[in-house]
Amino acid sequence: MNMIQALNDAHKVVMAADEDIVVFGEDVGYFGGVFRVTEGLQKQFGKTRAFDAPISEGGIVAAAVGMAAYGLKPLIEIQFADYIYPGYDQIVSEVAKMRYRTAGEWTMPMVIRTPYGGGIFGGQTHSQSPESLFTHIAGLKVVVPSTPYDAKGLLISAVEDPDPVIFFEPKRIYNGPFDGHHDKPVKPWSKHPASEVPEGHYTVPIGKAAVVREGEALTVLTYGTMVHVSLAAVEENGIDAEVIDLRTLVPLDLATIEGSVKKTGRCLVVHEAPRTSGFGAELVSLVQERCFYHLEAPVERVTGWDTPYPHAYEWAYFPGPKRLKHALEKVMAD
Amino acid sequence: MSDRDPDLRRNAPKLQLHVPEPPFRPGDTPDFSSIQVPAAGEAPRPDSTAAAAETHSLATSLVRVLDDDAKAVGPWDPKLDADTLRKMLRDMVTVRVFDDRMYRAQRQGKTSFYMKCTGEEAIAVAAATAMDRDDMHFPTYRQQGLLISRGYPLVEMMNQIYSNRGDKLRGRQLPIMYSDKAHGFFSISGNLGTQFPQAVGWAMGAAIKGDSRIAMGWIGDGATAEGDFHSAMTFAAVYNVPVILATVNNQWAISSFSGIAGGERATFAQRGVGYGVASLRVDGNDALAVYAAVQWAAERARSNSGPTLIEFFTYRAEGHSTSDDPSGYRPTNEAKAWPLGDPIERLKSHLIALGEWDEQRQEALVAECDAAVRAAQKESERRGILPQQGNENIESMFEDVYAEVPWHIAEQRDASLREARD
Ligand SMILES: Cc1ncc(C[n+]2csc(CCOP(=O)(O)OP(=O)(O)O)c2C)c(N)n1
Repeated sequence: MNMIQALNDAHKVVMAADEDIVVFGEDVGYFGGVFRVTEGLQKQFGKTRAFDAPISEGGIVAAAVGMAAYGLKPLIEIQFADYIYPGYDQIVSEVAKMRYRTAGEWTMPMVIRTPYGGGIFGGQTHSQSPESLFTHIAGLKVVVPSTPYDAKGLLISAVEDPDPVIFFEPKRIYNGPFDGHHDKPVKPWSKHPASEVPEGHYTVPIGKAAVVREGEALTVLTYGTMVHVSLAAVEENGIDAEVIDLRTLVPLDLATIEGSVKKTGRCLVVHEAPRTSGFGAELVSLVQERCFYHLEAPVERVTGWDTPYPHAYEWAYFPGPKRLKHALEKVMAD
Repeated sequence: MSDRDPDLRRNAPKLQLHVPEPPFRPGDTPDFSSIQVPAAGEAPRPDSTAAAAETHSLATSLVRVLDDDAKAVGPWDPKLDADTLRKMLRDMVTVRVFDDRMYRAQRQGKTSFYMKCTGEEAIAVAAATAMDRDDMHFPTYRQQGLLISRGYPLVEMMNQIYSNRGDKLRGRQLPIMYSDKAHGFFSISGNLGTQFPQAVGWAMGAAIKGDSRIAMGWIGDGATAEGDFHSAMTFAAVYNVPVILATVNNQWAISSFSGIAGGERATFAQRGVGYGVASLRVDGNDALAVYAAVQWAAERARSNSGPTLIEFFTYRAEGHSTSDDPSGYRPTNEAKAWPLGDPIERLKSHLIALGEWDEQRQEALVAECDAAVRAAQKESERRGILPQQGNENIESMFEDVYAEVPWHIAEQRDASLREARD
């Protein structure tokens, strides 16, 4: 299964188990979404459980707020993360704050799915990675899977979670993992161990990172598409690095991060979003607060640049193994 | 389920949710006989300074000028001279040929993306013709006709599509997201709807400064659902702004038919009524009706009589973009069944009916436009195609984020140059 199919399967599992789950968003009903994640849901579950929404991200999120208030569980799609901003006020001021401001009288159990990230020549409005805008907001959980297995398990967990979850889907790896070499063919998910997706219900817990490669020399903290880029870079440079796929950004799995950095004494943070005030800044702070006396070198960040996403310069923008090589050498130098 | 109090249970009927469905899906035979197409010439034409309320009945009818015999009839006939008609025809043909070539270029891997406006050529071309050359447009990605009508070089458009060395936007924008201040064409955003209230703001600026130029904002039927549409209408009405607000209702927003944007309940033009804005619904496949409506709205704006909302009723004959396959959600022959015909055919027939044109000249025109587009394509491709770009002049990526390059971006620029060298 590729990630799109795994996500589609997760929808079918949760919708069959819980009649209160309602799926909507632009083009998600009859057509099944522009990336086909919701394909077949309308046919299987009917028009009032999977339907097309007007092009109004503010309206989509606000309607989800109302449905959650009624007692349903909205599982909504924002077509591209780049278009979440018209819904941002509803997410930040309403969805995130409701449990707190009503002391638990009203809760917002919903999942907001959205494809994010670059690598598909989508230009600036189909390539952004805005996760840090959401990790900064108290009341939201933020999840980013990097394999079909995790995508399905995490989406099921997100739906079953009592709190609102923003679920970022790395569209560059919807169809197969990507190791940062746009000039070389990449292995499809079917040739990748992570493509094994069990049938039926299973969960991958929210708030739990995965050690995707064990190592002693260095800890790489990353998520989404960059997990695959990091694994490739580490192998190519022959570094015995431990690569951690965070999987959930809020709440973060501190124990796994702390344990690893204390073991290796070195840390590299990798994400595709721009550097300034990116989630990497948070990771570096946490590592220095908790592991300072174990560190043998300053923590480094590899990120996208602080420019809007440039269409023709995609491969000079997108962090790849080359950018990691330089940073790996730097962290390993001292 | 809901947290309804069981003690308050009543014996009341079950509520139902209505989810709109288009009348035809793949496999169905499209039949548009239910669409009301009033006869050409039927709609009255109020004075362009009339109170908004006087136009409100025009929000449900359809302003049409070209009749079934390709004659121009009724009070909206703009009585254009043959040269103007021929110029519009030439521009519309150029748009169609250009679209076909660029679509093919995308399929050949020369660029990443393209969007055609097939079936909608009359709208942008006739609107541009009816406006003054120095008025400002805030377009969407389907108004390439504005640039072509205003004589913007095809090579420049293609350079942008190929993100090549000649691209004045320096490879930063998606293909087709043109920008050209000198041609009165505001930068296209990928974020739907944002340009609509911006057009209002530009026109407010012109009014504040006592300028005589006006603005025209553009939006698709689907994107009218965005909050920005309503912001635009509110500001336009409140300040009686000299602006023309156009909704191109081409029936489809990717896979969603216009009913998902509310088109089942009211026409898009009717949205102006609630705001007290003059409102017209116009046959978008009739270049003369488009011209007449925009000319009327422009006169209205220039005389400080207020804003106008125009719905251009048309049909998106091709897929949404090169990433879309419409056979997955609508009958493949739906465009052919569209009752308003093809805009190029209609204008051509009109010129022929006037005795100002013939089939041979049409053939020659198509060949000429085709040659011009091919020549431009050759010239543009000499400056490169997308897959060859993005390796040289990498430092340009870091310019224009701010007026001056700040330290952190300079640092990243140097890092990226180092990375490219390694
Ligand atoms: C804010 C925002 N949401 C979603 C999208 C994705 N999107 C791009 S075009 C489109 C459909 C637009 O339809 P319509 O407004 O009818 O214009 P048309 O394409 O028919 O000309 C959608 C949903 C977007 N670009 N921006």
